[in-house]
Amino acid sequence: MSEIRQEILHLSSVSRNFSGLKALSDVSLSVNKGEVVGLIGPNGAGKTTLVNTICGVTPASSGVVTFDGRDITRIKTYQSARLGLSRTFQIVQPFAEFSALDNVAAAALFSQPGESLKSAREAARAHLAFVGLDAQADQSAATLTLAMRKRLELAKALAMKPKLLFLDEVNAGLNSAEVERATKLIHQLAADGITIVMIEHLMKVVLNVCTRIAVLHNGRLIADGAPRDIIKDPAVVDAYLGQQYAQRNAARG
Amino acid sequence: MTRTNIALLVLIGCVAALPLFGDAYALRLGTMACMYAIFALSWNIVGGFAGYPSFATAAFFGLGAYTTGILMNKGVPLPLSLLGSLVLCLLLAAALGVVLLRLRGHYFAIASLSLVEVFRELVNNATDLTGGGMGLNIPLVSGSSVLSDATFFFYAMWGLLLITALVVIAVSMSKLGFGLNCIRQNETASNMVGLNSTLYKAVAFGLSACFVGAAGGLYAAWVHYIDPSDVFDILYSVKPIVMALMGGLGSPLGVVCGAFVYLGLEEVVWRNYIQIHSGVLGVLIILLLLFLPHGLVSLHAGKIWRGLSGRKAKHV
Repeated sequence: MSEIRQEILHLSSVSRNFSGLKALSDVSLSVNKGEVVGLIGPNGAGKTTLVNTICGVTPASSGVVTFDGRDITRIKTYQSARLGLSRTFQIVQPFAEFSALDNVAAAALFSQPGESLKSAREAARAHLAFVGLDAQADQSAATLTLAMRKRLELAKALAMKPKLLFLDEVNAGLNSAEVERATKLIHQLAADGITIVMIEHLMKVVLNVCTRIAVLHNGRLIADGAPRDIIKDPAVVDAYLGQQYAQRNAARG
Repeated sequence: MTRTNIALLVLIGCVAALPLFGDAYALRLGTMACMYAIFALSWNIVGGFAGYPSFATAAFFGLGAYTTGILMNKGVPLPLSLLGSLVLCLLLAAALGVVLLRLRGHYFAIASLSLVEVFRELVNNATDLTGGGMGLNIPLVSGSSVLSDATFFFYAMWGLLLITALVVIAVSMSKLGFGLNCIRQNETASNMVGLNSTLYKAVAFGLSACFVGAAGGLYAAWVHYIDPSDVFDILYSVKPIVMALMGGLGSPLGVVCGAFVYLGLEEVVWRNYIQIHSGVLGVLIILLLLFLPHGLVSLHAGKIWRGLSGRKAKHV
């Protein structure tokens, strides 16, 4: 590779136990600036736990997490948000009584220093327009459809001016037109240079968007590499993709 | 400033005219009304904005009363003693808030309730300082005549109410109020967008305690004698919640109206049903909450007007 790779996130042998259960064991992973990494694996593999561990929701039991050259293993959630780590939730977490605008304004207000309520609302309008929710700006978040609430989550995450963005199943529960729309947004974000780590079950989207794939299984990282290699990796086929998928893929080319 | 906040200030302004019309009894009621309104407004910061149902009002009322009482017995003038109560309650509540507000919902309610008992026992046992169960006498402040005394304490309580209302309005329009609103709706998401919820909740708890503490101090100076079972009465914790629910949770104007209405009910019921007054009051409160679950503020003047004109239109 000719370009200089700049590491933004690094995990070295990170583990997380929930009393007896080892949700993550010995995960080492690094993410470079500008990458779009797909995080895949069967249900219960520890994908969301991994994101929670990095963001400080459930701090690592052992191991070290560094972000932008700083140790963030024991950081509080709100601090990680201010550093530029932002995420969307698999189960959307809006402020239900607030309008869509105020939802996004809250994200801008509390994550950026020196922001006032007024300037945060202005910034929020731009982000809502980006995800295509400008018509719903004054509607309360509780009245939005699921697809809209997912996009609202995305707008909130973007209002935090993230350096690293975690997308936790933004496409789950969406129909194919909505998936296409969301995929287009992710492409746009990647083109803007935001580093993205996305948890995703739709392989079509993963292969379409990601520059690299990491595979978790039973809390262990079982593969990490270029998308073309990953889908042929026998361990990944066994654990997650299944023989059928591999054969269909091989037949296609 | 929103229209309801202006309405609140106008309402408080109107109350100030009471001494022009009233006798000593009316002034006593007016002082109680201002005190209740301070309770309700203060509770609204932590209970209405942040959504943490606090039962700690009585704890800080008693603490404020005793702080002022003790300071005045040591010769400190009333204004300074009140300031002492206010600052002590602010700092102590903020510090306790950091710990207590980690609990949510019912757990927090019980923990805040236990605070009242803890403070009461502390005061009961610190006999040298507080007089324990014997109570504490507090030196007279003005004391020239009954009416001038009543007028003085009415205006003092009214002034405290005005300050409380201004602070609460300022909070509701500020980043702090916005953040507390976020915490009430979804605390996980609040943390995720970079809101330091522990800090916000502690500040809210401190603000909700400090004016109650100052009101307690004023109450002590007003009645000249306090004892633990009087000022640490659990009813002081319950009443503000009832007032806020009656008036409309979260709305400063609503909770103040709730406080006035509650006091009115209490007084009327007390006069007419001396034997069964708490029973009648309880039934009235339940009826109000059943038929007006969002409080008095849900009775918008506009809505009533529309309802009336709609009916007229049907007739035509």
